[in-house]
Amino acid sequence: MTLDLVIFIISALTAIFGALMMIFQRNPVASVMYMILSLVSQAVLYMQLGALFIGAVLIIVYAGAILVLFLFVIMMLNLRQTEDMDSDSTPISKLAKFLVSGLLFLEMLFVVRGSYFQSSVETGLLSPQIDDFGSVESVAELLFTTYLYPFELTSILLLTAIVGAVVIARKPSNEDPVEILPFDSDDDEFKSAKAAE
Amino acid sequence: MIDISTAVIDFGLIAPEISLVAAAFIILIIGYTKRLGKFCALTALLGIFVSFYYTLIQYGNPGSGFSGMVTSDDFGVVFRMIFLVTALLTILIAQNYLSLKRLNKPEFYALICFSTMGMMVMANSTDLVVMFLGLEIMSVPLYVMAGFARRNLASNESGIKYFIMGAFASAFLLMGIAFIFGASGTTDLKRIIADLSYLSEFSHFYFYSGIAMILIGFGFKVGVVPFHSWVPDVYQGAPTPITAFFSVGPKAAGFAVLLRVFSFGFAEVEILEPTFWVLAVVTMTVGNVLALRQNNIKRMLAYSSIAHAGYILIALTAGGIEGVSSAVFYLIAYALFNFGAFTVIIMMESRSGGTTEFSELKGLLKVHPYLTSILALFMFALAGFPPTVGFIGKFYIFSAALKNGFIWLTLIGVMNSFISVYYYLRVIKVSCFEDSDSEFAPMSMTPALMFVLFITILGTLGLGIFPDQILEFSKTALFAFL
Amino acid sequence: MFEVFFPILFLFVLAVVIALIMSGLSVFIGKRTKLGKKDEPYECGVEPVGNTKEPVPVKFYMVAILFILFDIEVIFLFPWAVISDRLGMFGFIEMVVFVVILLVGYFYILKRGALEWD
Repeated sequence: MTLDLVIFIISALTAIFGALMMIFQRNPVASVMYMILSLVSQAVLYMQLGALFIGAVLIIVYAGAILVLFLFVIMMLNLRQTEDMDSDSTPISKLAKFLVSGLLFLEMLFVVRGSYFQSSVETGLLSPQIDDFGSVESVAELLFTTYLYPFELTSILLLTAIVGAVVIARKPSNEDPVEILPFDSDDDEFKSAKAAE
Repeated sequence: MIDISTAVIDFGLIAPEISLVAAAFIILIIGYTKRLGKFCALTALLGIFVSFYYTLIQYGNPGSGFSGMVTSDDFGVVFRMIFLVTALLTILIAQNYLSLKRLNKPEFYALICFSTMGMMVMANSTDLVVMFLGLEIMSVPLYVMAGFARRNLASNESGIKYFIMGAFASAFLLMGIAFIFGASGTTDLKRIIADLSYLSEFSHFYFYSGIAMILIGFGFKVGVVPFHSWVPDVYQGAPTPITAFFSVGPKAAGFAVLLRVFSFGFAEVEILEPTFWVLAVVTMTVGNVLALRQNNIKRMLAYSSIAHAGYILIALTAGGIEGVSSAVFYLIAYALFNFGAFTVIIMMESRSGGTTEFSELKGLLKVHPYLTSILALFMFALAGFPPTVGFIGKFYIFSAALKNGFIWLTLIGVMNSFISVYYYLRVIKVSCFEDSDSEFAPMSMTPALMFVLFITILGTLGLGIFPDQILEFSKTALFAFL
Repeated sequence: MFEVFFPILFLFVLAVVIALIMSGLSVFIGKRTKLGKKDEPYECGVEPVGNTKEPVPVKFYMVAILFILFDIEVIFLFPWAVISDRLGMFGFIEMVVFVVILLVGYFYILKRGALEWD
């Protein structure tokens, strides 16, 4: 057994353990902690596959930043220990849960089958295979030469997201005369129109 | 050293986008320093005009740059002009309304600029990644603008609904692009098209899943029927000038990409034709039938915009040069008369205690006979009566469908037009033949609103009576593209 | 692959071991008393009232969102840093444009007072 295999088994098991614990936790904050564990072990898996950049993104953005946001959302909404999470689920929503997870499972089966047992599903037909595909260098080289324009567009997308977040979440500043009068004259009308349908 | 000579940096190609972004930057940085009055609106208008100038220069000079990420052709130029005119009209009709509702913030103008820039990026590229980024740059400001009236429950609901549905659609689209990339190894539409038959034969699972998901993603954005459920609530809840922007700009941008990807790109994929046939029929019928029962004009126009998306899908089904040019012509026409209708609604809503209910229109004829006839004109155009441009647009779409042998589709389309007459004429009936119980509050008519009315009337009637110019324009533009 | 990442693995293991030692020591060496009064937040202060989990104001969330957005910027800086010597001046200008666009957002946040606490 090589060391690579040992590391793979350890991190794969940790990822599954983290994911399971995340689901079975009663306390949402603890769930988030287990999710971080799962994401970090997944990052190790990606790195073993040679997708170093994705691994780094997973740790820096997902485990680092997005889960902080999750924590804030949980605390902001003041979710307590969710004992009766299932109490409001109707048969339809249960069916939907099974359908969606079943579809995901089928998709996984298909991918595994396609990559190991069946060679008819071909990928990347038009592009030559690069040896270090997925490494930080090769990603960077593409990103800063061929995909230069999308790269700069990304920063504009981030900028719009910044502006949007500030507009939605920030209280109006003092010199802003906006929003002293509530603009809700047609709220009732809106509700009645929806009730009519 | 890395070779960068392949990444042809040509700022002329993206000058229209750059000028809009520059205007947005100025608004964002300077907008909050002092009370600058109309400074933000004027900066945005200036940005739009500069952008229009650079777009016009590109007409007839197709080019490509940034490693094939930007492709400027006449098809893109036509669409970019539609977007810029939409943004211009939105800013003009929004001015008065926003100050009345105390929403006149600098961010509004910056967001309009960003959103328009995103649409232009979408229409101006043949690369799937750039299209996706353009779609997101267009959508993120739209989510925010839908919820712009933060103290209004309906606006909040509109924003959050649009955001969740839109994010879901974007995920589908991205997955579709990933599948196409997985099958082909490239995101360049031109290369994918060149080896289309090879791809669909050897990697059909990924290829067809990818196409289906891309179709779902854009179907959401333009409000095609199985994916339309967000449209009425979002349109009704958002502030009215923003609804006007929603119903024209993003729709045109979505169709620009659909036309590029499906009518030109994957036209050889056989399964697409019946798919579009079914989508067109369902979209038209559901939109028109549900519009019959509405008591709110904004909500009625939301369903009507679904129906109009259905008419444009007929053109997509027909395909070919007639199909594409009739779709482009219809989008131009729709932009004009839909904006006109929304301008009148804004005038109604801007009165004291004004709403967007049908009952608001009672007794309009006695107080404002001219405005009533203008409203009637736009309703006739929406329903597709001659001599308005609505008639010519529909005629052109149906004849394109007939030429390609879609007789049943044309019949269903014509029948749908008849259904739609009922609810459009209801607007005229209420405003002409029903009397108001209370006194009619005075209308607010600012020069900007009058100017927008003038432009849209001119377009609706002018293009309706002399359509040849624009028809030829859209045809030659598309021939250059093919 | 393994040789390249051995230092990182070593760092991970070291971090885990140190954390375990620190919390383990307190378990084994420290004295534990399980009394009713000991478990209260303030042993000899005000009586605790209500739930400790108060809703967090939205401004924390705002900071978190802005953090994510600038964090995504960092993710782009990372591959750039790896090949910046090969990209030369061209790559430098590219990154300057990218950062300047986001800097506009930063100035906007400052001007708008989005980071002010009250």
